[in-house]
Amino acid sequence: MKRVIALLMENQPGALSRVVGLFSQRGYNIETLIVAPTSDATLSRLTMTTKGDERVVEQITKQLDKLIDVVTVLDLGESDFVERELMLVKFKKESITEDEIEKLEAKVVFVDNEIINLQFVGEPDKLDKIMEKLDKKEPLEIVRSGSSGISSNSKTLTI
Amino acid sequence: MSKEQISGADALMRSLHEEGVELMFGYPGGAVLHIYDAIFNQSKVDHILVRHEQGAVHAADGYARSTGRPGVAVVTSGPGATNAITGLATAYMDSTPIVVISGQVKSELIGTDSFQETDMIGVSRPIVKHSFLVQKAEDIPEIVKKAFHIATTGRPGPVVIDVPKDLTDPNYKFDFDYPQKINIRSYKPAKTGDPKQINKAVKLILEAKKPVIYSGGGVIQNDASAELTKFAKLLQFPVTNTLMGLGAFPGTDERFLGMLGMHGTYEANMAIHNADLIIAVGARFDDRITNDPKQFALGAKKIHIDVDPASLSKIIQADLPIVGSAKDCLSSLIDELSENELDTSKLDPWLKQITEWKEAHGLNHSMLEIIPDDGKILPQQVIQSLYKETKGGAFITSDVGQHQMFAAQYYFFDKPRQWINSGGLGTMGFGLPSAMGVQFAFPKDTVACVTGEGSIQMCIQELSTCFQYGLPIKIINLNNAALGMVKQWQDMQYGGRHSSSTYGNSLPDFAALARSYGHIGMKVKKFDELESAMKECISLKDKLVFLDIDVDPNEHIYPMLEAGKAMDHMHLSKEDKTW
Repeated sequence: MKRVIALLMENQPGALSRVVGLFSQRGYNIETLIVAPTSDATLSRLTMTTKGDERVVEQITKQLDKLIDVVTVLDLGESDFVERELMLVKFKKESITEDEIEKLEAKVVFVDNEIINLQFVGEPDKLDKIMEKLDKKEPLEIVRSGSSGISSNSKTLTI
Repeated sequence: MSKEQISGADALMRSLHEEGVELMFGYPGGAVLHIYDAIFNQSKVDHILVRHEQGAVHAADGYARSTGRPGVAVVTSGPGATNAITGLATAYMDSTPIVVISGQVKSELIGTDSFQETDMIGVSRPIVKHSFLVQKAEDIPEIVKKAFHIATTGRPGPVVIDVPKDLTDPNYKFDFDYPQKINIRSYKPAKTGDPKQINKAVKLILEAKKPVIYSGGGVIQNDASAELTKFAKLLQFPVTNTLMGLGAFPGTDERFLGMLGMHGTYEANMAIHNADLIIAVGARFDDRITNDPKQFALGAKKIHIDVDPASLSKIIQADLPIVGSAKDCLSSLIDELSENELDTSKLDPWLKQITEWKEAHGLNHSMLEIIPDDGKILPQQVIQSLYKETKGGAFITSDVGQHQMFAAQYYFFDKPRQWINSGGLGTMGFGLPSAMGVQFAFPKDTVACVTGEGSIQMCIQELSTCFQYGLPIKIINLNNAALGMVKQWQDMQYGGRHSSSTYGNSLPDFAALARSYGHIGMKVKKFDELESAMKECISLKDKLVFLDIDVDPNEHIYPMLEAGKAMDHMHLSKEDKTW
């Protein structure tokens, strides 16, 4: 089962490698990982998706929490949450029509005579479906950000 | 008053002194030369020169395990750092509080593959509780304070401080100010157990008819042996200890079942298998205990007390997990239980059953009375002779293999911190250097290293350190001319094919080797020489004695759990098994 885990960690060198290292060290799987500083410059927020049953996820969150650099951990799946991902796609301009772009609800973020870059934002499942469609049109390149998430109740991931 | 201006190297030494460090073990090299000059220029912290960095870290570890105070080692960059890795992994697996200071190349050279450069933070990452790369000399005092706090609190563990050479430069000075308090916002280990969980535990305890207390190294680390003993005696519950927990409950107490697990006693393993309540304290249900977790103690409710939340329900689902220190949780349980009327008579059938198991297949602790026809010495007899001559009061360190298990089974440890061995990582070579750490901490006590001819050769260079500092360690070498545990497995599972587990005729004369290092070396070949040699060895209080004892090379260690089965599946001898 897919799970989304968010955490706050000290924004300092080595912290990310401890988090990532934990996964290979303990045999857990990382599907996606996204990390950026927060409005408090001493903290970074990291969101990762992983697969595992209840017990594995419980172990993952406990082991993450045990890392000295990790300030707080939240298994977003414990309550309702919103998950979003960004996808950027590059086409040769002639490969895709304006009609198709509109149908896909894509945003054009760059265009010149040769190249067009499209942006999609949505739930990962939705992006999977779009990616399947786009694949048939021979895109030059597709890049996905990995999931970011936020709970949709009053529970917050703060210190 | 203006603050004193000192260098990073001096600040490091001052900080160690502020933390109460009295001695450190180490080995100099290019990246730590500034630090070694600072060591030379002060007199508060003694430095012990080892012969290999692995020895330095094991010695610091032995010091920590025997005293409860953090051990300190200092190593240079590159090979010095990588040689420290086995010691760090050993301390990590057994959760011992040590701080390792590693030199690093100059800041400007980091990442350039410079001479003796290793990414120590990266290499040690999975085997430390935490690590620090010093980035400013001024940060050294605060980092040292944090390192000792992290190493010694919660579930203890090793911490690395990696110090680039330029940050200890004697020409760069700054205001030294040692912080009295530090706050690490992301690190707040639990102490007291949740009162609701404690109350639920009391209920389960009062209902139990077939209870067992299973306690581990956490009880010793947390200095909770007195509480554990009081708790067990209050309830009249039987106690089994893990390999790491031996000594937490008196080994000679009638309620003590011996060690449990792979080479645990018959009665301990049967009690666990048949229990209706297991109270695990400071233990982690590792695979050498549970055998197949799916078949582990299926009829028992499990109360699991541990300071590390990640240990709870990691391998065996706890019916009642309690996060907190062993000392605090046991004290709370004792307080709560004291308010109840305790009917210990309902335990009688269970205690009777345990006595029957013990009588049927318990260990024979009188093997010195069995005089062998062929004169061959059994390893068990050596341990019993050691126990007799030291009156059960010695610190015993060990290496890894059959000798370790024989020592664990046949020496009764009545006190915590008396038994020092590498349980988690299983590090051959640990015994002698860890004994050095113990002997430095307890110069007047008898410290014996029970080892084998395989393990001792992994850190034998430390015999030189022992001579330099006059450490009167007693090395009890169970010499079966083979890697005994490997050979036993090859006997049992590989049709007796002894692949690379014997040495041909290449073994040294250990007694002569010890003498060449300046020590006393003695060789024992026959049973009738054993007891007098042991007596002499232990009586030589001021000398290191290397007692090299030829033991029966065909002896196996039993009981032994059958792999992949429940805990009642034990080999009891070469011929007998329980199923």
